[in-house]
Amino acid sequence: MTELSRIRNFSIVAHIDHGKSTLADRLIQLTGTVAERDMKEQLLDAMDIERERGITIKANTVRIEYPAQDGHTYVLNLIDTPGHVDFAYEVSRSMQAVEGSLLVVDATQGVEAQTLANVYQAIDANHEIVPVLNKIDLPASEPERVKEQIEDVIGIEAHDAVEISAKTGLGIPDVLEAIVQRLPAPAAGDPDAPLKAMLVDSKYDQYLGVIVIVRIIDGTLKKGDRIRMIKTGGTYDVDDVGVYRPAMTSVPSLGPGEIGYLNASIKQVRDTRVGDTITLEKRQCETALPGFKPSVPVVFCGLFPVDTNDFDDMRDAIEKLALNDASFSYEMETSAALGFGFRCGFLGLLHLEVIRDRLEREYDIELITTAPSVIFHVYSRDGEMTELHNPADMPDPATIDHIEEPRIKATVLVPDEYLGDVLKLCQDRRGIQMDLTYAGTRAMVVYDLPLAEVVFDFYDRLKSVTKGYASFDYQMLGYREDNLVKMQVLVNDEPVDALSIMVHRDRAEGRGRAMCEKLKELIPRHMFKIPIQAAIGGRVIARETLSAMRKDVTAKCYGGDATRKKKLLEKQKAGKKKMRQFGKVEIPQEAFINALKMDG
Amino acid sequence: MAEIVEGGFGLYIHWPFCAAKCPYCDFNSHVTRTVDHGAWADAYVREIARLAAETGDQRLDSVYFGGGTPSLMEPATVQAILDAVRAGWSVANDWEVTLEANPTSVEAARFAGYREAGVNRVSVGVQALDDASLKALGRLHSKDEALAALEVARSTFDRVSFDLIYARQGQSLSDWRDELLRGLDLGTDHLSLYQLTIEPGTAFWDRKQAGGLKGLPDEDLGADLYEATAELCAEHGFEAYEVSNFARDGARSTHNLIYWNAGDWGGIGPGAHGRLTLGGERIATEQTLLPKDWLAGVPDGRHESRHLLSSLDRANEYLMMGLRLRDGISLTRLESMAGRPLDANRLTDLEGYGLVERSGSRLAVTEAGRMVLNRVVSELLLE
Repeated sequence: MTELSRIRNFSIVAHIDHGKSTLADRLIQLTGTVAERDMKEQLLDAMDIERERGITIKANTVRIEYPAQDGHTYVLNLIDTPGHVDFAYEVSRSMQAVEGSLLVVDATQGVEAQTLANVYQAIDANHEIVPVLNKIDLPASEPERVKEQIEDVIGIEAHDAVEISAKTGLGIPDVLEAIVQRLPAPAAGDPDAPLKAMLVDSKYDQYLGVIVIVRIIDGTLKKGDRIRMIKTGGTYDVDDVGVYRPAMTSVPSLGPGEIGYLNASIKQVRDTRVGDTITLEKRQCETALPGFKPSVPVVFCGLFPVDTNDFDDMRDAIEKLALNDASFSYEMETSAALGFGFRCGFLGLLHLEVIRDRLEREYDIELITTAPSVIFHVYSRDGEMTELHNPADMPDPATIDHIEEPRIKATVLVPDEYLGDVLKLCQDRRGIQMDLTYAGTRAMVVYDLPLAEVVFDFYDRLKSVTKGYASFDYQMLGYREDNLVKMQVLVNDEPVDALSIMVHRDRAEGRGRAMCEKLKELIPRHMFKIPIQAAIGGRVIARETLSAMRKDVTAKCYGGDATRKKKLLEKQKAGKKKMRQFGKVEIPQEAFINALKMDG
Repeated sequence: MAEIVEGGFGLYIHWPFCAAKCPYCDFNSHVTRTVDHGAWADAYVREIARLAAETGDQRLDSVYFGGGTPSLMEPATVQAILDAVRAGWSVANDWEVTLEANPTSVEAARFAGYREAGVNRVSVGVQALDDASLKALGRLHSKDEALAALEVARSTFDRVSFDLIYARQGQSLSDWRDELLRGLDLGTDHLSLYQLTIEPGTAFWDRKQAGGLKGLPDEDLGADLYEATAELCAEHGFEAYEVSNFARDGARSTHNLIYWNAGDWGGIGPGAHGRLTLGGERIATEQTLLPKDWLAGVPDGRHESRHLLSSLDRANEYLMMGLRLRDGISLTRLESMAGRPLDANRLTDLEGYGLVERSGSRLAVTEAGRMVLNRVVSELLLE
């Protein structure tokens, strides 16, 4: 156990690409925590997807021992938190587990929306915050302007910001000193009190089972203890406790203020809920830690195997993934167009993409993803509310009193010159402006937007209209009534359930027309003409006709060509099996998601 | 008494050399400075003897010299080959002996020698009727040279056909109509009219991949061009007896009909394919591609590989080749090859779309069906 006054627990808050991982690597390197030969980029991001996308999904922790200028050696515990809005709750728990934050801002770019959301989490957790300006070595860096911006936009002191270059190592010793001198030690805990520890995060290791990251508040955790999770009620025998340096290193015990891991032969990550309180089975603490929330999926979509024969494999894969991700939900779904699959719920779009990528990559299953949607609250005439996860399940409109949809507060930071485009995009998506302020040459736009309009391609559109210069973040605002209807798409006079969407009545014609036009491009010409229609109830609101294929014939085919041309035709025939047969129409898989993308 | 094979029996001779490679051509052709004509003649003769030993009981309906550029062969080589052929098989009274020729003055000068050797039909690679297009297609002849060569061909051979390539870069519907009308007036009895297709492994393909080769027609213009072709040919008494082949009465190509009617043919020369019925089985033969490997392989037979065609392969080939013909296929024959009929629902659908027609036991595509033949065939392919 370490004396409290020699412990500093902190996180790093930064926008993607502003240098969080590089700074963490440098801190680990400079303190000799990892031998030079074991260094690799982004030590803390473990999953391939994390490394590739430069994002953090799971919290990681590392213990650094630092001999400070005051002659004492300090234990610095860094928690690397997820940085994405999808994991806002997980971030908040990580923030609660530490006392301070380094706010890393790229001195060439300034504050971004994602930085804001996370720094507010740090402020909410009463953190002491040390601003760090990175990339100070680049000619384009403007430390003074960015300091002003931090003070204006975030409202924290920035004149004594530490100026560094994580890439070259410049200023890293100053960061270590600032951590020791400016961040507080953990609040006094009682090592002899009943164990009270926060479950910060957990992950599955194929050799060790579930590894839990914990922060000790009171009491002591050691090998052999029988622990109890207060919310889930599970009890486990602790096989090992330790810290990450960043390799797992056993320690005899963990005491108040310390952060480390425990391994207790827990089979499934699902049994460990982020934010839960861990105590001893025999000697329980009196109160659980505040702020626990079960995670609730907000974005839903259908996932179907491209090859219908893969369904059983897909079910196995989904069950395995779900064991290790409590925030991911699934139920079986049957679609006339796509066959058997699953309706899955996610914390957000990134979470959706991560799960889909893992299914495709780790389990080698090709998937069709249907358009993401949100949970609508459908109120019947007799006052009952049902959650609608899938437009295909929409009840008879005659029985509906009204429908409510989730709204979000979206914050966009954007350079002046793109402001008009951003405002137009937000208006087009049924947004209501809440705030518009300026910080230097950048505008901060706050909109109240329907989540349903955002889950699909809002972020792509935002990036495209601002050439990548805008940053975006959001918080949930709650549910509100609006004039929402279900729009169906009929291809060759048959409804295609996987293309049904919920849409605002006033926008239905426009969306319907856009979808029909898109489908006309996405569906290849057939040997007959195909009407493509959008309809509300029985009423057609938009219509396009895909004309019949006019010409597909091989010009030359003599004796020497027979073998090759026959193979080509057989291949063409096999290729068509990858499309979904709908009546007599074959629809390529990408149509199911691309038909909904809006160009404007 | 010689045996008559269903669909006919022919012999294909591949001459692999060209004076220059054309940018659209994906046939097995090679440009070389010198050719040992004697050695090549000997090799062909040897091959013919080998093939005749297996199939000599069949009556031969046709010989076809393709390439490459067979009009670069010395007449003596053609003579030696045809002498060997006549020694190996009994030939039909009306047998057809075609040679593909390029319309340059040098090549036209050999026409008389080919006739002497026994060639009775030439297929001339005219390709276009204006100099700019000929240049764009990488041809070595001019329009005037082509017309002169055609003149020589008509006075030398009973039967003359020529090729044109349309749907070229920047070619409009009216450009093509004008060009085709001039072509129809050139006094031949057979025409092969091909839409330009950009095949992998050609210079055009590379150019297109690199973003070049602009102005090729889209599907709709391609369809309009095809329709205009059929219409103009019909008006001038040329029947569209195959997707890209048009003939006046009785002037259909006997040899090519063997391919489309799934008859038997021997294939000799680098890269040549053949189909032989031996001991009740249908065999696909394929000879090695590179001229020097082929020449070296002939003495011990290393240059040829063979495999047995399954009953499905056989039926599918017949389906794919036979539906190219206006006369279509015999469903009875197809069924006896495959051991089962075509998918009745699909046939009914295709009839419903007006793409195929049944008449007795024959199945043929309609004019509309011919334009989407690849789709029709892949719909019907047996699995």
